[in-house]
Amino acid sequence: MTMKDMLLEIMYVLCGLVAIITAVYAIKDHEHPSAKITALFWTLLGIVFIFGKYIPGSASGIILVAMALLAATKKVTFGSLKNSDEKFRQEKAKAIQNRLFIPALAIGVVAFLVAQFVPSLGALVGLGFAAVIATVLGVIFTKATASELAYDGSRLLQQVGPSSILPQLLAALGALFTAAGVGEVISGGIGSVITDNSKLLAVIAYCAGMTIFTMIMGNAFAAFAVITAGIGVPFVMSQGADPAIAGALALTAGYCGTLLTPMAANFNIVPAAVLETRNPYRVIIAQAPIALSLWVTHVALMYFLAF
Amino acid sequence: MLKLIGILIIVIGFIRKYDTLAVVITAGIATGLVGGMNLMQIFDVIGTSFVKTRYMSLFLLTLPVIGILERYGLREQAANLISSMKKVTAGRVLSIYTLVRLVASALSVRLGGHVQFIRPLINPMAFGAAKNSNPMIGEVEEEVIKGHAAASENYGNFFGQNVFVASAGVLLIVGTLEELGTVVSPLDVAKASVPVAIITFIYSGVSYWRLDQKLSAVKAKSKTVSEKGA
Repeated sequence: MTMKDMLLEIMYVLCGLVAIITAVYAIKDHEHPSAKITALFWTLLGIVFIFGKYIPGSASGIILVAMALLAATKKVTFGSLKNSDEKFRQEKAKAIQNRLFIPALAIGVVAFLVAQFVPSLGALVGLGFAAVIATVLGVIFTKATASELAYDGSRLLQQVGPSSILPQLLAALGALFTAAGVGEVISGGIGSVITDNSKLLAVIAYCAGMTIFTMIMGNAFAAFAVITAGIGVPFVMSQGADPAIAGALALTAGYCGTLLTPMAANFNIVPAAVLETRNPYRVIIAQAPIALSLWVTHVALMYFLAF
Repeated sequence: MLKLIGILIIVIGFIRKYDTLAVVITAGIATGLVGGMNLMQIFDVIGTSFVKTRYMSLFLLTLPVIGILERYGLREQAANLISSMKKVTAGRVLSIYTLVRLVASALSVRLGGHVQFIRPLINPMAFGAAKNSNPMIGEVEEEVIKGHAAASENYGNFFGQNVFVASAGVLLIVGTLEELGTVVSPLDVAKASVPVAIITFIYSGVSYWRLDQKLSAVKAKSKTVSEKGA
């Protein structure tokens, strides 16, 4: 095992511990409406993170299906873990001032520096180092206790909820699509439209596919796995496009779709309600000109930068 | 065509707002079955892929420190900073917020939110600035400002986050391409996300500038009206 793999494996164990601590706080939370189901979900996640490397893939798969069933009950929820009260936060903000930003900024800066200057370790190990450094700085500046760290870590993970593992499940879905040959079916359909090997048409199809699928599903991450397998790889990457550039632009082309769709309720409909607008589509109306100009820009960028 | 059943399940499941994880797993199992795999093979693909992509969830390590920073007033301090600005227009408030939000998400600082920032801080500041320079601004303009205020959060959040090397989006791109047989580095994906972040800021700035123009046009028109009335 390389140094990098070993460090990563240690970090996965730490992630697993964060999940298990979350389970402990859920079960200890007497006001939690469904403490047992919530605790079971996070314990299972902790097990896959810590032991995933040593148990058969099918065993991890079965655990994940069980977690999906738990999530389907909609009882993997947030309990009664609380942030400090407003008055305390205002006082601390006055006392600690802008030093509060330093640990937060350290996460991004340290991860970037490691990725840039220690390529043998890369961005992921960098993120792990960054988390450790930020935590140390955070404790120094706030004088928080270890139990506050554990408590607030569980509070945030319970708040994010089961959807925290959605990107990983979507990647797994992409793997199943590949194994079952879904990409070939979509590319067969698109191939009858794009007959000559036009790079521009392929780029337009990739960007449009991302945007339209995102608008239908309300989720650019889900669209990315499907459209990249069906259009991106067989039509854009296959013609020599840089996969990092084409992939990055495809995802943000999907975000143009997010700006336009009521399906992305969290970003467009709920905020309108929060702001008490009279027209529920007010946010989408404001975003539409930007979304459309950005989309055209994406096509141009992908065509000129990726090739 | 039958192989597309997974996509159909995702579309229907997301539209009907069933639990996302359950929908994705169901779509995966259905796709595997029509693709001729048995259940154990399907579980194996799901489990193996999940274990291989655990790096996508490394953000778990950052939750404790973010949690204590929030406990000790991170948001309050950000709010204090923004509200210490003076002499601003609605468009400038929104431009500054978009910039702050873009930079914050590029650095993986989870600082923002419609509930946390737009409703209590940014929208009142933008409307206050507009009303201050033109008392004639009414409900119609207030409604429009609300739309742009909510949008500023989305621009910064969406188009800044992939500049961070270990963001969920970047790792999704790396992981999905890897499953499809193409290896790319997170750093290259993050760098490729920089142009869109910058262009988003420029486009949103133009949109806010036009908003300011419109708000001052209301001013000119309503002035003549009020002068005639007076």
